[in-house]
Parts: sequence; structure tokens; C-alpha cells
Amino acid sequence: MNDTLEMPRTAPAPKLVAKESKPVKKVLIICSKGKLEDVYAALIMANGALMEGIEAKMFFTFFGLEAITRKHADRLHTATVGNPAFMPDMPTVVAGLPGFEAFASYMMKKEMDKLEIPRVTEFIEMIDAAGGEIYACKLAADMFHLGMDDFLPEVKDIITVGDMYALAEGEGTQIIFI
Amino acid sequence: METLVNVPALATTEEGYLKNHKEWNEDWARETAVQYGIDLTDKHWALLRWLRQKNEEGVALTIRKVANSGLADIKQFYQLFPGGPLKVSSKIAGIPKPVSCI
Repeated sequence: MNDTLEMPRTAPAPKLVAKESKPVKKVLIICSKGKLEDVYAALIMANGALMEGIEAKMFFTFFGLEAITRKHADRLHTATVGNPAFMPDMPTVVAGLPGFEAFASYMMKKEMDKLEIPRVTEFIEMIDAAGGEIYACKLAADMFHLGMDDFLPEVKDIITVGDMYALAEGEGTQIIFI
Repeated sequence: METLVNVPALATTEEGYLKNHKEWNEDWARETAVQYGIDLTDKHWALLRWLRQKNEEGVALTIRKVANSGLADIKQFYQLFPGGPLKVSSKIAGIPKPVSCI
């Protein structure tokens, strides 16, 4: 035995294992909300995927249908009431005054303009031109009495939830729900 | 893969962006494009030159700005540089990785 101090024992370094790269190949983004920030989150993620060479499909349901409805797409609002992160010091009674929500939404859109974030309709045109596909939910469309004529021209079809899952088919697909 | 001979390799980042955009030359661009399965046409060259010029001017590039350049619309841009047009074209143009989310 030797007299020298024992070398401190350390755990053996983990062996490097070649990691198999499994990139995201497709995203299916479901947008169920009609608030400005929720719709933009969905649009930015879909467009961002296409920019990376990832396939993107979008499915709009419930209030999310507002985003693809001709009359409302560019008139989405952000909620000033029931939205504690937005102007936390603003009393609800003030935030609920007539016109306040419209004003807040206008201010938010102005900020977005500065960052060159396109309007909803232009964003949808961009996604369509980039090869993304946009669908409306049949059940929600029936409920709100909306047909293909009410939707933006980029909307490909009104489909069932089963058809929606078929869109997600394939390995490397991620479903994102908003 | 078809590669051109006598094209000196240039230093790139791990993701394949040219480290020094001043080293960029047309032969290198041609060969880099081949790696992405692209045979550069006049349309590609016009876009690459435009990208380089805008980068020189310090413009933060986005797909929307490319579409407003009048050289190609969004659809054409995606067709010319498949698999992520702004990133692929930036690599071939020898300019830094685009940092825009839109």
C-alpha cells in the first residue's frame, strides 16, 4: 500500500452518448381564443415554424374563429378587465369604462406596429404564402353560424376534430393549444 | 454531392454562418448553395446581393422586408430557398444569423 494521501474519489464522468437528433418536423397549432395576444402567439409560432423549415397547420376554434373571420380579424382586442398582468394598478372599474378596452388595444397595436408585427390578415396571408395551412373548426363554426364566406380566403376548409388530428399525422409532430 | 473544386473553405459558425462576411465570394456562395440543394439563378443572386447590402446598412432582416424588396414575394422566397428561406439565404449570402421572430 502506498503512504500518500488517497486521491479523492469522484464519480466517473458520464459516458458521452451520441444523442439522436429528433427535430420537430411539424406543428399543429390550435387557437381557441380571440384575444389579440392569444391570436398573435398562435400566428407568431406558426410563422416562426415555417421560417425554420417546419411544416405548420393551424386550427381555429371557438373564439379563435374571430381571427379568421373577415369582419373581425383586424379588430381583435386585448382584455383590460380580468387580465391582472395588464396595467396591474388600474382599478377594474376604470378598466371597464366604455372605450377603455378599445383604447388599450389601439395602444398595443401601435406598439406592435413599431416592431413591424403585421396585422392579423397580413400575417395569415404570410403564413399561407409560406405553405402553412389554416382550418376552421366545424362545431364552433356551426355554433356561431359561420360559413366559408365569412372566413378569410386563406382558410382552406371547415373540418371536424377528427380531421384536425389527421393533420397532425406523422413522426415529429407537436400539437400546441392556445 | 456535387462540389466545386478549388473553392477555399471559409470559417463558419457551428450553424454554418460565415464568421467574416468580408471573406465572402461568389464561388463560396455557389458551393454553399449546392449543399442546400440550390442551383443559384439570377433571381437568387439578386436576392443575395440585396441581403448583403441591407446587412451592410445595418438593417435587421425579416421575411417581410425581403417580400417588400420587390425581388421576390413570400411564396417565391420560400421556393427559391427551401427549408427556412431567411436562414438559408443568409448563410449563402455570408451574413450573420437573422435574429427576427417574424
